[in-house]
Amino acid sequence: MRLKFTVNGRQAEADDVWEGESLLYVLRERLGLPGSKNACEQGECGSCTVRLDGVAACACLVAAGQVQDREVDTVEGLAGEDELDAVQRAFVDAGAVQCGFCTPGLLVAADDLLERCPSPSDSEIRESLAGNLCRCTGYEKIMDAVRLAADRRAEEARS
Amino acid sequence: MTSQVTPYAIGTALQRLDGRSKVTGTAPYAFERVVDNATYLHPVQATIALGQITAIDTAEAEALDGVITILTHVNAPRLASTEDRELAVLQTDRVSFRGQLIGAVIADTPETARQAAGLVRISYAQWPHEAELSSERSDLYTPEAVNPSFPADTDEGDVDTAMSAAPVTLDTTYTTPLEYNNPMEPHTTVALWNDHELTLYDSTQGAHTVRTTVAPVIGLDPERIHVSAPHVGGGFGSKGIPHAHIVLAALAARTVEGRPVKFALTRQQMFSLAGHRTPTIQRVRLAADTDGRLSALAHDVVEWTSKVKEFAEQTAVPSRNVYAAPNRRTSHRLAALDVPVPSWMRAPGECPGMFGPEVAVDEMALKCGIDPVEFRARNEPDVDPETGKPFSSRHLVECLREGADRFGWHHRDPTPASRTERGWLVGTGVASSIYPTLRAVSTATIRVEAADHYRVDIGATDIGTGTWTALTQIAADALEVPVGHVDLRIGETAQPEASVAGGSTGNATWGTAIVEAARALQDTHGRPPEIGAEASGTTPNNPETERFAMFAHGAQFAEVRVHADTGEIRVPRMLGVFAAGRIINPRTAHSQFIGGMTMGLSMALHEVGVLDTRFGHVVNHDFAEYHIPTNADVGDIDATWIDEDDPYVNPMGAKGIGEIGIVGAAAAIANAAHHATGIRLRELPITPDALLR
Ligand code: FES
Ligand code: FES
Repeated sequence: MRLKFTVNGRQAEADDVWEGESLLYVLRERLGLPGSKNACEQGECGSCTVRLDGVAACACLVAAGQVQDREVDTVEGLAGEDELDAVQRAFVDAGAVQCGFCTPGLLVAADDLLERCPSPSDSEIRESLAGNLCRCTGYEKIMDAVRLAADRRAEEARS
Repeated sequence: MTSQVTPYAIGTALQRLDGRSKVTGTAPYAFERVVDNATYLHPVQATIALGQITAIDTAEAEALDGVITILTHVNAPRLASTEDRELAVLQTDRVSFRGQLIGAVIADTPETARQAAGLVRISYAQWPHEAELSSERSDLYTPEAVNPSFPADTDEGDVDTAMSAAPVTLDTTYTTPLEYNNPMEPHTTVALWNDHELTLYDSTQGAHTVRTTVAPVIGLDPERIHVSAPHVGGGFGSKGIPHAHIVLAALAARTVEGRPVKFALTRQQMFSLAGHRTPTIQRVRLAADTDGRLSALAHDVVEWTSKVKEFAEQTAVPSRNVYAAPNRRTSHRLAALDVPVPSWMRAPGECPGMFGPEVAVDEMALKCGIDPVEFRARNEPDVDPETGKPFSSRHLVECLREGADRFGWHHRDPTPASRTERGWLVGTGVASSIYPTLRAVSTATIRVEAADHYRVDIGATDIGTGTWTALTQIAADALEVPVGHVDLRIGETAQPEASVAGGSTGNATWGTAIVEAARALQDTHGRPPEIGAEASGTTPNNPETERFAMFAHGAQFAEVRVHADTGEIRVPRMLGVFAAGRIINPRTAHSQFIGGMTMGLSMALHEVGVLDTRFGHVVNHDFAEYHIPTNADVGDIDATWIDEDDPYVNPMGAKGIGEIGIVGAAAAIANAAHHATGIRLRELPITPDALLR
């Protein structure tokens, strides 16, 4: 099929797409957007988390045919022209990045969480991000990063 | 004494230099390297544990549109060496373990390759296999050495006599399960063969290790193999020793010369192809006087290896160095089974080997009526019990005492099962950790690119550990310039040869090479050296190892809550206090320690590979069923360290920290679970059913 959808606000097109291939494959191998990672390909790790019409989803579980005419947001769309988003900055500042393979999925999931719930409690953060496995950090720095991002966003909203 | 670098950048919490590229999704991992006209490989894996392939039918698979070629042992190029039987892929019709690589489909898309791999029909002659580990096996053998080159057995004094003479003794068996490293990035190789040159974009802990391992196997001059791994999504040992998939990708690339072959293992494939930690059965015997002074310590280990290639985990080795006891004995016995090849997993040896003894010490402390922190302090050796050498630095007791203070240990009623809060039984536990301070050999080159601009090249790797950042700090201090003046390049065989990121040797080895290069630059070109000046340095032997025993140490504390009705177990709090020399970067180090401790929590409560011995495969081969902790499984985990000044280990005074965080963590949790419930847990992982009595 000819696949047409919006990625990070821009129109994207790919030809000769098999409807059954995953959105993750389309993003990574056809559209040159390798930010979303493939760590399990079966919906267990969250490394491929994107937003589909605003809702967080595992791109590895979404069939290409399902995204026709819909909107997808990936980690590549988080930053502005030359400025990182508050969540991205917080991950760097808090030292929440080690190998970085879980990071893009976590950033999208954290961004989604903070949009739904601008000042989450620790247990809300832990529960909301429980679908995003990280083997390196032990999650403590990720908690710090999400708290920091929430504070900074609140500050940005005030000023 | 090793001449020390004056720390300016060292010890500061410099932000991770690769942070920005990782949060924007632009750091290229192996599969993401830009190549033209890619092909995709999907492997065919054996579905029996032992036997012979009698027929292969590829007709249906080959008929699929987009299939380029299918490789099996019948048509695959011959390898130059099949000595390493793990790496000798597609060379015979023999199947040695379930999941073994026995074929490969190369196609235009990964979907086609996978579909075609499923259409390849293999017939086998199946032979009876063995996949059951037990200490009763009659074929257990003593390996010549255990990883990497320790003697398999040691015996000092007379453990048996000490055991019969002592007023307090313990003779108990502990087990740790089959475990999988599971870095988040699956093992990936992108291979391109062009005119007798092989390029590998690989997810590895050592670019040069891949080159030197693969070269003799495929029969290429090492200089013709180019390995690149600037960003690696974790390894934990499983990307340390190159595995068979790299060779398969190279063979495939040779077959479709000129077109790159992209091959990423799936999570499920990793369980038979990327190494694992052997299960262990550990008999621990301790003898003590009533004051809790150990007179004997024996640690006898039974574990497995594969028939294909021996890997002997050094499980009993830490028992040679950690406590004073005049009579000591350690041994390793292996069962060679028809299973995939075991390999390094974070702190091989120390990690499983500090579970049995550290639970045993807790049991002994209770028997002697002595606080477990105090019991350990009473058995602190003056010198390394194994070699008789003094320690270059050792602050285990300080870690234990500092941890006890911070953790609030002293308020604890030592009686097991004495504290209940709203239906939860609450307990606390402690364990020691130890990890050797080792170094390998590497070379670094420094070139003055412009005034005050230094380019540092070394083929090191960053597997998430922070190498990009820490080596930049070390180089800056070695050159006595701000970090902004250093341009570090790592991850390529095009750079000077460097050792694998393993054994917590990275910073010590690579850092020392950089310091040597900086000193050579200053010695030969003065200060400041002229533009264009260049010098190299290689990690020298450390003569101080003749005089001193070198280890990092730590103390692990855990609080455990067990639900009285359901047996649910939670770990709301962990604290690790470490003494690991000078910490190069507190920000990255803190995360490394906590990450290690969390993997220890994972070992304590979650991780177990369930091997179906009838078929020789691991049934729970994915994240749905092989559990690692999620964010919601962990509580408040903190790590701190004691400032340790050790001028003997290396010019930075730094000991490795990548592994010690996991050592002892599972024992601390098991000890805390006993304190909470009165149930002694000698088998990992600890699951609710074991806590319901
Ligand atoms: S790759 Fe999609 S959830 Fe793991
Ligand atoms: S940073 Fe490596 S998996 Fe999270």
